[in-house]
Amino acid sequence: MGIHQKTKSLSSRHSALADTFFQLKVLNSKELTDMRFPLFSEKIKEAGFSDGRIKPTRIEIFQVNIGKLCNQTCSHCHVDAGPDKKEENMGREALEKCLEILAQYDIHTVDITGGAPEMNPNFRWFVEECRKLGKHVMDRCNLTIVVANKKYHDLPEFFAEHQVEVVSSLPHYSALRTDSQRGDGVFEDSMKAMQMLNAVGYGKEGTGLKLNLVYNPTGTFLPGNQASLEAEFKRQLKRKHDIDFNSLYAITNMPISRFLDYMIENGQYETYMQTLLEAFNPAAVAGVMCRNTISVSWDGYLYDCDFNQMLDLKVAGERTHINDFDLAALESRDIVLNQHCYGCTAGAGSSCGGQVA
Amino acid sequence: MSKKHYFDPEDLKKFGNIGEWQKPLADKFFSYYAEVFKEGALSEREKALIALAVAHTVQCPYCIDAYTSGCLEKGADEEQMMEAIHVAAAIRAGSSLVYGTQMMNHAKNLTM
Ligand code: SF4
Ligand code: SF4
Repeated sequence: MGIHQKTKSLSSRHSALADTFFQLKVLNSKELTDMRFPLFSEKIKEAGFSDGRIKPTRIEIFQVNIGKLCNQTCSHCHVDAGPDKKEENMGREALEKCLEILAQYDIHTVDITGGAPEMNPNFRWFVEECRKLGKHVMDRCNLTIVVANKKYHDLPEFFAEHQVEVVSSLPHYSALRTDSQRGDGVFEDSMKAMQMLNAVGYGKEGTGLKLNLVYNPTGTFLPGNQASLEAEFKRQLKRKHDIDFNSLYAITNMPISRFLDYMIENGQYETYMQTLLEAFNPAAVAGVMCRNTISVSWDGYLYDCDFNQMLDLKVAGERTHINDFDLAALESRDIVLNQHCYGCTAGAGSSCGGQVA
Repeated sequence: MSKKHYFDPEDLKKFGNIGEWQKPLADKFFSYYAEVFKEGALSEREKALIALAVAHTVQCPYCIDAYTSGCLEKGADEEQMMEAIHVAAAIRAGSSLVYGTQMMNHAKNLTM
């Protein structure tokens, strides 16, 4: 069966948006639009962040984006990942440096993301080493990778053996909705992969093996109530495919990278930003994920979150690389905010960890 | 102020303004409305689908736009949305056809 690519990466299309500086200009109304939106840093003053700044609480999650290589090319991807991204992938040396940091500090969770992180040849070794350090490991798995090639078919067993928490994107329980965002055939392969994960105990009660889903809207609308969506996903996936999972996290599409490109192409950018702004929820500001996460790129730079990473907004301060990692300095830094942050504060808020305001 | 058309999608955004000319009633309506659409015995998604079907029955373009977005937000898909509209259409067709019995009764009275 296999999947069909939905689109091409911005870089391979030579799109102006492949330049992160250009994306920031659009977000700040200096390119392509005249519509002005209040500065995010001004807006959060309403939420009691009176100096317009957000500080970390404590770094608990070490998120490593180990590469942009992916077997899919979803139309909304904030990483601009795809099968053509053969260069931007983390090598052994940088991963070893990450392990050194993890050994040194009391950061309990390692969140491995990509691309399809499993395509990095160092992936399994890295997971094993993190587990040896006693860390909780999360893998952001796109599901289809499990059935993409024979060499990945045993991933469910590998995950189970190392008690990896699997966090997977599934934008809908309908094939049409899912494939319209992720590519034809993605839904069918995702169902197969979930069944394989279920077969080794993932998503099943009493096994302790967590399979969590990430829902994001397949268009320029906001996600609905997380609990209600979770209940409906559970009912439909069980009914039609006999699939079980643990929790569903509803997240908002961020107005960056390929989703930004999609909106501009379809004349939806301004309306969407307006929607995010109107849904601004002061109560969601305190729970944004950058407060307890540090994000590392394939080349070892440090960011407040995966979104800032994709906009090349490095952490504030002098020490911006894993080679001069300084936890104390990081925990007292100001988080770098920009207009895309409205995506994290709309409605109940958007956190890949599932906390909603 | 003259417009060339009756319905302007932009007017939906002004819905809240109906309170300008009668605030207490508008306030009551909006708080009732918000309460109705909350998750209850029916889920928010089911309520949005009912609203979409009713919107097609009353043929309100504002409601159709609003509940198309609403249904998608609440996690409905195209198939569910189209089925909801068929329910509305079936009731409409049926409610005309069922009067066929009245026509038949009357015709039978009138004819030999
Ligand atoms: S959204 Fe995930 S699966 Fe899709 S292209 Fe991006 S990294 Fe790959
Ligand atoms: S986009 Fe990143 S920096 Fe901005 S609020 Fe969200 S998590 Fe924090």
